[in-house]
Amino acid sequence: MSDRRAKIWQVLDGVMDPEVPVISVVDLGIVRDVCQDDKHFNVVITPTYSGCPATVQIEDDIRAALDEAGFTDAGLETRLAPAWTSAWISEKGRAALKEFGIAPPVGKPGKRALFGIEMPVPCPHCDSTETTLVSEFGSTACKALWKCNGCGEPFDYFKCI
Amino acid sequence: MDAVIATALRFGDNAMVLGQRLGRWVSRSPTIELDVGFANQALDLIGQANLFYELAGRLEGKGRSADDLAFLRGADEYYNVQLVEQPNGDFAQTVMRQVLYAAYADIVFDFMAKGSNDDLAAIAAKGQKEMAYHFRHAGEWVIRLGDGTEESHARSQKALDFLWPWSHELFAYDAVDEKMVRQDVLPDAETIKKQWMESLGEVFERAGLIINEDGWQPGGGREGVHSEHLSYLLTEMQVLPRTYPGTQW
Repeated sequence: MSDRRAKIWQVLDGVMDPEVPVISVVDLGIVRDVCQDDKHFNVVITPTYSGCPATVQIEDDIRAALDEAGFTDAGLETRLAPAWTSAWISEKGRAALKEFGIAPPVGKPGKRALFGIEMPVPCPHCDSTETTLVSEFGSTACKALWKCNGCGEPFDYFKCI
Repeated sequence: MDAVIATALRFGDNAMVLGQRLGRWVSRSPTIELDVGFANQALDLIGQANLFYELAGRLEGKGRSADDLAFLRGADEYYNVQLVEQPNGDFAQTVMRQVLYAAYADIVFDFMAKGSNDDLAAIAAKGQKEMAYHFRHAGEWVIRLGDGTEESHARSQKALDFLWPWSHELFAYDAVDEKMVRQDVLPDAETIKKQWMESLGEVFERAGLIINEDGWQPGGGREGVHSEHLSYLLTEMQVLPRTYPGTQW
């Protein structure tokens, strides 16, 4: 990897998700690639959800970070396929989510049994697996709302899709 | 109209109109969790519509943006199925409409995502995950209400009876759809209907609801023929850009 490209990855790793400000856009799996044509670098990103309202903010934040680091000629490209999956969240990202009080995705994405038994989602605060789904939809498109029967705390769960 | 453009507009319009409908529940849902749930589902749908519209506008090549397509077409230029424009009614009717449409979109997008058109496949791959989630959410509510009290059961059955005739249009393919089937973009109508009935069969059985066939099968949404409800919805949605053309903020 060229030094400049490594530097761009480093810059991107400093850009936090605007709605979950403890995880970088790299650890979230939104940044898919940093590629290079003849002269310029191109940062390839993919949105998490079709209607994620943070997408534009993320583009603006990446643009600003690149400009500030002197990569004003680097391009930004949005690519839809393959579709983002929560499996792309890095181990570092998962640890950061848990530390922040958000349970990271459990299990593997894929076709779920329609009304089957859910995998237990451990509480990010006390690690108890005695937890209950409160709502399939939480504070943002990517999260659901759970509560812990152990410590009694409600918590956000980063949906597995 | 080119078949891919028409298909993008149809699915974009389905998503836009249903998203607008769900948005109406914000601040007046039965619980705050449902308020957030409907808002999130509306967001998914309007996001899907935006992607379909961007694609249609790009392929059309006349410089129309996603906003132009959303806000500057009248009801006779909207090509959604009439199911999605039906009124919210009570909560039972809204979740019933959602389960009927989400089950369908989940199946169609799953096929489209593996289909021969890369642009549509990319949008569908994202949309499928979202619609599967909507189906699960709505399906659980249909079961809870159908298998609930006498009142919730009666309202759910009434909602199913009211909406059922509008569901036939989902499978009423025209020449555009047939062309898309031949090009391996859309699954054939019989295949979807079979899978759709299987998905819904489980929900209705657990909910204790029955399908009362009534023989009435309204259609025409694909060609821009709509029930009266769509023009009211669009009038409200489009009032700002219609009143102040080209306005920016």
